[in-house]
Amino acid sequence: MPVKSFREAINEALRQEMERDSNVILIGEDIAGGHGGIEGGIGSTGSMFGALKGLYDQFGASRVIDTPISESAIVGAAAGAALTGLRPVAELMFMDFFGVCFDQIYNQAAKFRYMFGGNCSVPMVVRGAVGAGYGSAAQHAQALWPIFSHVPGLKVVLPSNPYDAKGLLIQAIRDDDPVMFLEHKVLYNEKGEVPDEPYSIPFGEANVTRSGEDVTVVAFGRMVGFANDVADKLRQEISVEVIDPRTTSPLDMEMIIESVEHTGRLLVVDEANPLCGMCSEVISNVAIESIGALKVAPEKLSAPHTPVPAAPNLEELYIPSRDRIESSIRKLMVS
Amino acid sequence: MSASLDKNTALRGYEIMKTIREFETRIAAEYAAGTVPGMTHLYIGQEAVAAGICVHLSNADSTASTHRGHGHCIAKGCEIGPMALELFRKEGGICKGKGGSMHIADVSKGMLGANAIVGGSAPLACGAALTAKTLGTQNVSVAFMGDGAANQGTVFESMNLAVVLKLPVIFVVENNGYGEHTGVDYHVGSKDICSRSAAFGMPAKKIDGTDFFAVSAAMAEAAALARAGGGPTTLECCAKRWHGHYEGDPQAYRAKSELEELRRDADPLIIFRSKVSAAGDVSVAELDSLDAKITQQISDAVDVALRAPQPAPAELLTDVYASY
Repeated sequence: MPVKSFREAINEALRQEMERDSNVILIGEDIAGGHGGIEGGIGSTGSMFGALKGLYDQFGASRVIDTPISESAIVGAAAGAALTGLRPVAELMFMDFFGVCFDQIYNQAAKFRYMFGGNCSVPMVVRGAVGAGYGSAAQHAQALWPIFSHVPGLKVVLPSNPYDAKGLLIQAIRDDDPVMFLEHKVLYNEKGEVPDEPYSIPFGEANVTRSGEDVTVVAFGRMVGFANDVADKLRQEISVEVIDPRTTSPLDMEMIIESVEHTGRLLVVDEANPLCGMCSEVISNVAIESIGALKVAPEKLSAPHTPVPAAPNLEELYIPSRDRIESSIRKLMVS
Repeated sequence: MSASLDKNTALRGYEIMKTIREFETRIAAEYAAGTVPGMTHLYIGQEAVAAGICVHLSNADSTASTHRGHGHCIAKGCEIGPMALELFRKEGGICKGKGGSMHIADVSKGMLGANAIVGGSAPLACGAALTAKTLGTQNVSVAFMGDGAANQGTVFESMNLAVVLKLPVIFVVENNGYGEHTGVDYHVGSKDICSRSAAFGMPAKKIDGTDFFAVSAAMAEAAALARAGGGPTTLECCAKRWHGHYEGDPQAYRAKSELEELRRDADPLIIFRSKVSAAGDVSVAELDSLDAKITQQISDAVDVALRAPQPAPAELLTDVYASY
């Protein structure tokens, strides 16, 4: 199977869906880039992380629509376009910028279907980069999936590898509901096997990335790779099962509970802040549904309740590490 | 009568205005009687704006509206019966009783929703216009907003985007004198609102929003420009609201004499009647018989809505997602 980067997987998903369906458009700041600059410069940016390179050249300005830096107008226009027949994929560049346009996401797009009594659908995707690890600090590095997952009407997707990135993005574009598609910026260069042909991965179906007997580790986004590494390292002494939910809304609790009932030990690892987050959500659901299966109290590993710091040493402390995942697993085994 | 407007279109405009007036008047009475749940914001006094704009639109054209949206919904063709059911949050409501006064919508009629967020209409209307431009349909969209919304950043972003992308959208700013409880002379820093739109690089006009024919003529021009690919226009339509920001608003911020003056000098229905009778195009009897028909229709719709059952409890959990 061909090996591609996470960035290439995103690009391929968009390209193939745009080829398949002429109602799919892209809209955002510098997704082409170069308008108003030197001759021949248009399309030279292809989005800030380069994930959209070549799409302007293939599909032109009517489908790869560069906008002013106006996030409310971008996302609101995407919602209006989705209500009237297009399938827009809006880009927020850094997802942190949702702060200036959240109204368009959670008061508008997410609520239309319910407020209008089911008489519409809002097939739109909002893409953006999330996550810490690049020293870009508090306003460019947040883990925002818990905030979005709190909103009824939104679906929230957090791919952890190139294969999932392509399949989940294709599903997001074909989906009839508004989807927040979160791309971890540290993963863009990550490589993995990605089939050339289009395929989709259903939402709400977790992926067991490592099978095991002793401990269940539920990990989100970039943490899935960390958890896999630790599981591989410990293989001879502790059998670790790693579950990647892939979407935080809907959240596949069924598979998680099934695994915990098998292992009896649970660790949840998330890069997001701890209050009202995915760790709490997973642990509370396990406690309600299956507390008797737990041999020991569950462990939770997340960022602290602070903004993302800029200094590299502090940022390293902020993000859950492989070492801390290993310590937490060992603690579960000792208890 | 305006030379560019045929008799049937003018009568359609009058019918819309009278329907709005009757609907809102009955809702005001019901609200006072305590039968309408939640908040309600009425459109009386501004009828000529919704009518003058929407007589130039088909179901394929879109409008996005405001919290004061009943008039726009009626003008855009939403059915009165389901609207009344929605106002009372009843089964069979246009949004199954789950939207209420501030979210009435019928996407099949191009009515993309009343909208309880001030300034919410502008980016949505840009999106509908983007659909029209992308698909090459020559449809247009209208963003209704009040003078209060004209100060929102979403509106400025949308106006700039519409000019940059040459979108077929018409921004209709209904200057009704007050943003909630604050006068427009205080809350708008520039001499007027339309000059701001002009600064974004689009045609912009200030119009007497109590005169159906003036609104209609301006909209005819704006819609033709947009349909021809000429981009956006702003129409600032001045027509004061007769009621409070919401029903029950004591309106301590304005003189009682203002309302008397509005009823006497600025009633869009009276102004319409005097214009058409001066031109001799439409008889008083014709308009009176239209009035009687509409009054009965509203009365019947509200009576049905009052008697209708509430939504089934199971409705709480439906319509959140297309699939989940």
